[in-house]
Amino acid sequence: MLVIKDLYAKVEGKDILKGINLTVNAGEVHAIMGPNGSGKSTLANVLAGHSNFEVTHGTITFNGKNIFDMSPDVRAKEGLFLSFQYPVEIPGVSMVNFLKTAVNEHRKYRNEKELSAGDFLKLMREKKAMVQIDSQLTNRSVNEGFSGGEKKKNEIFQMAMLEPKLAILDETDSGLDIDALRIVSNGVNMLKTPYNATILVTHYQRLLDYIVPDFVHVLYEGRIVKSAGKELAFELEEKGYDWIKKEQGE
Amino acid sequence: MEDQNKLLHEVTQRDYRFGFVSDIETDTIVKGLNEEVIRIISAKKDEPEFMLEFRLKAYRRWLTMKMPEWAQLKIPEIDYQDIIFYAAPTQQAKYESLNEVDPELLRTFEKLGIPLEEQKMLSGVAVDAVIDSVSVKTTFKETLAERGIIFCSFSEAVKHHPDLIQKYLGMAVPYNDNYFAALNSAVFSDGSFVYIPKGTRCPMELSTYFRINAQNTGQFERTLIIADDDSYVSYLEGCTAPMRDENQLHAAVVEIIALDRAEVKYSTVQNWYPGDKNGLGGIFNFVTKRGICKGISSKILWNQVETGSAITWKYPSCVLMGDNSIAEFNSVALTNNFQQADTGTKMIHIGKNTKSTIVSKGISAGHSSNSYRGLVRVAPKAENARNYSQCDSLLLGDTCGAHTFPYIEVGNSSSIIEHEATTSKIGEDQIFYCNQRGISTEDAIGMIVNGYAREVINKLPMEFAVEAQKLLQISLEGSVG
Repeated sequence: MLVIKDLYAKVEGKDILKGINLTVNAGEVHAIMGPNGSGKSTLANVLAGHSNFEVTHGTITFNGKNIFDMSPDVRAKEGLFLSFQYPVEIPGVSMVNFLKTAVNEHRKYRNEKELSAGDFLKLMREKKAMVQIDSQLTNRSVNEGFSGGEKKKNEIFQMAMLEPKLAILDETDSGLDIDALRIVSNGVNMLKTPYNATILVTHYQRLLDYIVPDFVHVLYEGRIVKSAGKELAFELEEKGYDWIKKEQGE
Repeated sequence: MEDQNKLLHEVTQRDYRFGFVSDIETDTIVKGLNEEVIRIISAKKDEPEFMLEFRLKAYRRWLTMKMPEWAQLKIPEIDYQDIIFYAAPTQQAKYESLNEVDPELLRTFEKLGIPLEEQKMLSGVAVDAVIDSVSVKTTFKETLAERGIIFCSFSEAVKHHPDLIQKYLGMAVPYNDNYFAALNSAVFSDGSFVYIPKGTRCPMELSTYFRINAQNTGQFERTLIIADDDSYVSYLEGCTAPMRDENQLHAAVVEIIALDRAEVKYSTVQNWYPGDKNGLGGIFNFVTKRGICKGISSKILWNQVETGSAITWKYPSCVLMGDNSIAEFNSVALTNNFQQADTGTKMIHIGKNTKSTIVSKGISAGHSSNSYRGLVRVAPKAENARNYSQCDSLLLGDTCGAHTFPYIEVGNSSSIIEHEATTSKIGEDQIFYCNQRGISTEDAIGMIVNGYAREVINKLPMEFAVEAQKLLQISLEGSVG
């Protein structure tokens, strides 16, 4: 589904990613871990196509297509979803209006008929129940005045609405209390199918107690320096990132 | 970034939709301005003596006045001897039925989306169509007359209701109020007149649609709205003009008088031709609008969405004379390319327990300049006056400018005045967030700007709100550099 080959990228002139290789297949959950500044969020943003991040080398194919030929909104409609670390507020734009536009843009892209208002609201009710989001939230403007936890839940709710093929969750666990973490994780687990894939970008092992990955990769100084099964996360938790740093000869 | 610039380029070059010229036979007088011209206008309109006197008084005063220079605007010199001050579609008095109307004129209004045939009209809106300063057709006049409501062209009102005109003309905007108001008072050719009798709630929205068509002409119309005790009316104003390389002058006056417990809601969607992307052509919109809350507990609301004109100089204001009177000013002013706007309001508190609210949302893009200028004055006797002002500016790109000039003069210590102001740039992160959900940059900007302006747009009547939303979208899409 996703193939990243020898990817280099920079932000504001500074090299951040220095040769990433990663393959993600349908049905898989990958966790990307690493210390602060290792390039985790950069990778997430490069995949989604943020213009602040400049790719200098390498290829990414998504669904067999060159991702660099696609603008961010086309990538989204191809089924790539990014759950933001810091979701932005859009004052005055209602969640309903925002999501209805988003869902219908996806449908248009797939040559499907746009949803009627009634069908859309029905879909929203179903998905809200699924991810246990407070129904009041969807009556408000996009993320406006939401607490940190509410914003993260709202991201998962949007993911449920858009049913992506590949979901990238960027530090979705940060700022969540245990209850919120459980709800968010449940949501992600329920949305998992043999046909979609998830990339969890996280600093802590904690999230992986709830969403169990098939693969764990350690990102350090812009490269994936270690890949293994879920046991790697426990090892990291136990030994800390210093262990990786030492192994890398520092 | 490059993509966004490309998009900006493509979208901001989108054509002005209403830029066509209609081939209508027009009766014009010679260019230039002098007492003779004013006498001709007055004679053409068959006016009573008091009107000619009003005009001449204004003209003589205008000659002694100077164009205001305090605004944050660069206004090229205007040669008043090069303007035609009267142009009207040739017609015999007023049309008795639509069959007598020049079909080209009807097509013009059809193209503008304003059908004048009543059975085709959106239910609930009566229209007065003004082309080149002359009212060509007023719909639903009879229906309204049954309730004693007068809705007609200004000229007709002068003929049939001279007493009302004589009593109220110049009450809110005196002939010597300012340079452009004096000019208008001297040469105005037509406009709309509304009178709502005591205790009457106007059953439909009243609307005037202004269209400049003829070349080299100025448009000087005058609107007078009188709401008698315990009455209510909602009034809409829309306007467009053809695309021309030269600038055209529009200097209108709107006066509103609200008597005891009367409420007047005046909404404008201003879409005059703004000039091309290099700033060539466009309308100079120098307008004086003022309402007097004359009666106790009266209420006047100004709602405006401004996207047009090369230069806008406009401050819809309220004088809160009656005790417990209420005034509101809600505005969205958008400028793009080389447009300039200096707009805002004045709230003059005179009565006791008066309350005013100002919500101003400026949106600037391209190389435009957008200023809010507002005065809140509390007279010494205005016990317990309250004002709340909120002025927000939204910038798209880094070549435009936004300014806020609030003036506050308080003469009574029991008053409470609040002023809040914000300036923000449309966030690339907001756009990226929308992109990531599958929404294109164009649609995202439209959505974000409409969200920003929602508070004001929600105050507009339904049909206007939809039009305003589309206008904002069309005027702005993609204009983030």
